[in-house]
Amino acid sequence: MRGGRAPYGKAGALGRRQALRLAGAGLFAATLPARAVRAAGAQDPQPRRGGHLNFAGLAASTADTLDPARFALATDYIRGHMFYDGLVMLDAEMMPHPALAERLESDDLQTWHITLRRGVTFHDGAALTAADVVYSLARHKDPAVGSQQRVIAQEMADIQAVGPLDVRVTLRGPNADFPSMLGIVSFSIVRNGTTDFSQANGTGPYTCTEFTPGVRTSGQRNPDYWRSPAPWLDSVDMIGISDDMSRHNALLSHDVDIIASVNPRLVRLLRTRGFGIMESPVGTYTDLAIRLDEGPGRSQDFVTGMKYLFNREQVRDSVFLGFARMGNDQPIPPEHRYFAADLPQRPFDPDRARFYLRRSGMMETGVPLVCSPAALASVDIAVVLQYAAQQVGLSLPIRRMPADGYWTEYWMKTPMGFGNTNPRPSLDMTFALNFASGAPWNESRWRDPRFDQLLLAARAQRDEAVRRQIYHDMQVMIHEGAGICLPAFTTSLDAFNPRVRGLAPSQAGQLMGFDFLSHVWLDDAAGGAA
Amino acid sequence: MNARLARLVLRRIGAALCSLLFVVVAIFALTAALPGDVADMLLGQNATPDATQALRHALHLDQPLWLRFMHWCGGMLHGNAGNSLLTGRPVSEMLAPRLYNSLLLAGATTLVAVPLALVLGLACATWRDSVFDRVMTVLTLGIVSVPAFLIATVSVFVFAVQFRVVPALSDIRSIHSVGQFFLTFAMPVATLASITMAQMIRMIRACMIDVFSAPYMEMAVIKGVPPVRIMLHHALPNAIGPVANAIALSLSSLLGGVVVIETIFNYPGLAQLMVDSVMSRDVPIIQACTLLFCMTYLFLTTLADIVALASVPKGRGA
Repeated sequence: MRGGRAPYGKAGALGRRQALRLAGAGLFAATLPARAVRAAGAQDPQPRRGGHLNFAGLAASTADTLDPARFALATDYIRGHMFYDGLVMLDAEMMPHPALAERLESDDLQTWHITLRRGVTFHDGAALTAADVVYSLARHKDPAVGSQQRVIAQEMADIQAVGPLDVRVTLRGPNADFPSMLGIVSFSIVRNGTTDFSQANGTGPYTCTEFTPGVRTSGQRNPDYWRSPAPWLDSVDMIGISDDMSRHNALLSHDVDIIASVNPRLVRLLRTRGFGIMESPVGTYTDLAIRLDEGPGRSQDFVTGMKYLFNREQVRDSVFLGFARMGNDQPIPPEHRYFAADLPQRPFDPDRARFYLRRSGMMETGVPLVCSPAALASVDIAVVLQYAAQQVGLSLPIRRMPADGYWTEYWMKTPMGFGNTNPRPSLDMTFALNFASGAPWNESRWRDPRFDQLLLAARAQRDEAVRRQIYHDMQVMIHEGAGICLPAFTTSLDAFNPRVRGLAPSQAGQLMGFDFLSHVWLDDAAGGAA
Repeated sequence: MNARLARLVLRRIGAALCSLLFVVVAIFALTAALPGDVADMLLGQNATPDATQALRHALHLDQPLWLRFMHWCGGMLHGNAGNSLLTGRPVSEMLAPRLYNSLLLAGATTLVAVPLALVLGLACATWRDSVFDRVMTVLTLGIVSVPAFLIATVSVFVFAVQFRVVPALSDIRSIHSVGQFFLTFAMPVATLASITMAQMIRMIRACMIDVFSAPYMEMAVIKGVPPVRIMLHHALPNAIGPVANAIALSLSSLLGGVVVIETIFNYPGLAQLMVDSVMSRDVPIIQACTLLFCMTYLFLTTLADIVALASVPKGRGA
């Protein structure tokens, strides 16, 4: 492996056992820092209480749900933060902080002891207990629940209440990133035994006053919220407007105060009319996956050639109109604290691409690029790539598939196809679910036993410097070995009426990691936009 | 009413019922042919083969097709359309508020569109080739040719964003007075009415001109019958059949064919529910919606046919 570094010796020297021994020598409790989560929008002088806010998200359909296990879309995540809390919350840098859990401790990083916050109540008045937590976590493992996070939840081998406010979770193996995993909104805490999710009974900042799937979600301030003084708003209405133009019109006509997913082409118009635009550097990426186990991808030269064919500047500037950061064929975005900054940016180099593609003998394969509106911007990226391929004499037909059914029918099933992946709370999860040899969503079917070893080593590693080094090398390995061409990371664009204050960008996802409703407040003195 | 007419009407209703039966089977076959099922759609990108299989089993989707068809038919005969696969709630409970919304919009549009279209269509036919007729022809052809989303989006931009006289979204909850009712419905009804009216005016004009060319009309004119009387007593009764058909065809799309309007004004109607359900493969809802749309269509066209039959003196056996 190129780029192997000194701290853990020669390539291949670090076995799983050694890594665990290293960690065991530490024997200190991995306790989360108890510092209070920074009040968002600290630049705003005095948050004011009161008012009603209308929010329009990107989608609303009968698939809208109040069941955390079924949360799939950004609007679900926002709804989740409205009514529920997790044991852990992620800050703007994706660092985990205690929420309903007061402490998370582990001696061996495998058995975790969770102490719950005292005095938290559900909206129906019942007190939060260990049984609620056990139920909320364990239900993800039940296939009949249909949890989006079943694969991740299966990491938790055993979940037990060991006291009224104490829960013990035993993992399948040591994992220092377990707290981050609990930061996924799907692992929000519901009342023990809840099976009817037509109403929300959580501990969150708002109580649910109306929920009609596909139409509206309404909430009212929860006066007993444990994070008091938040939330600031009296009430909130959330709708979904999937039509781009209608969503922007609703903001322009003051029917709504905030809209999610702004069209980059309309940013200037909104700004000149006095509306605010928030750019959140989320790590979502659209990538071309070349399968290494079939078709032209079996030739390493072909894969390398394709990687040199991506004109990343053009993708960023013409496809995303500049609202993106360039990718470097590995899944960690540049603003992440573990980003391998010294890894040279792979350039657009038609000459080198031509050299590798010729050497692969695959110039005449005619294997199509499979893209779809389901994978954000993939159709446009495919066109940019097709043009570059023409210049080097490679013919790349484009097959544009409908968004409907793309993930089940085409994604990961074709020799060359586009995918779209959302950021996960920790690097460990990104690597384990998308790149490890046995990963369920290993798009390119890349297998590297050393990568798998490093993954386990990092999990059991408490030393921040060593972890950083391991993650650095894993990024280098993906950059060079995997069949992933990653041209850009997208920026989430959301727009707001200037009377909305307290918004701040976050890496954890759209609109302050989907949690903006417990941070924003209304400043009616600010005056509306034109 | 005599036996001959009754027989004709009964035959027409029988044909409608046969169509309905065919539709029921076709709906089931088509929903079964959709790629993927609700388990795939629920898990989406996060699906793994065993998770999908387990969820499919929990939702009884692994039963053979004919068995599910039997269950569904049996339920429908008892007036039970089943439960939504997605939310677990009864289909009727999910359909009812949407049906109410759709009927409200369709009703308001009909009230505006039908009288206006009749008057304008008759006027066009009466003053055929006049300046008025030419202007109307250009207008109606123009509106028919422009897609609905463009009309809707442009009018929202002008009236809601620029002048801010009406809301950009049609939120039924905000209606507390008659004035608010008009404001909320102004834009969607205006858009829908202009489209359906344009079609109706064209068809009514054509039907009437057809009737005007008949020899007995010429006779009436020569006799010196005043134009209004010619129109109402001689021409209109003979054109009722085709006119009723033209109106029924235009109106039949108002319930299920207004997805674009519902989307743009964020109006929660049946069409939107149907599209959602197709996207998520919530088969019981797709089936119920399709059945409802087909029944509306059959009801309106059958009604128009019966009106036509009843209006023909020969049919009445007089």
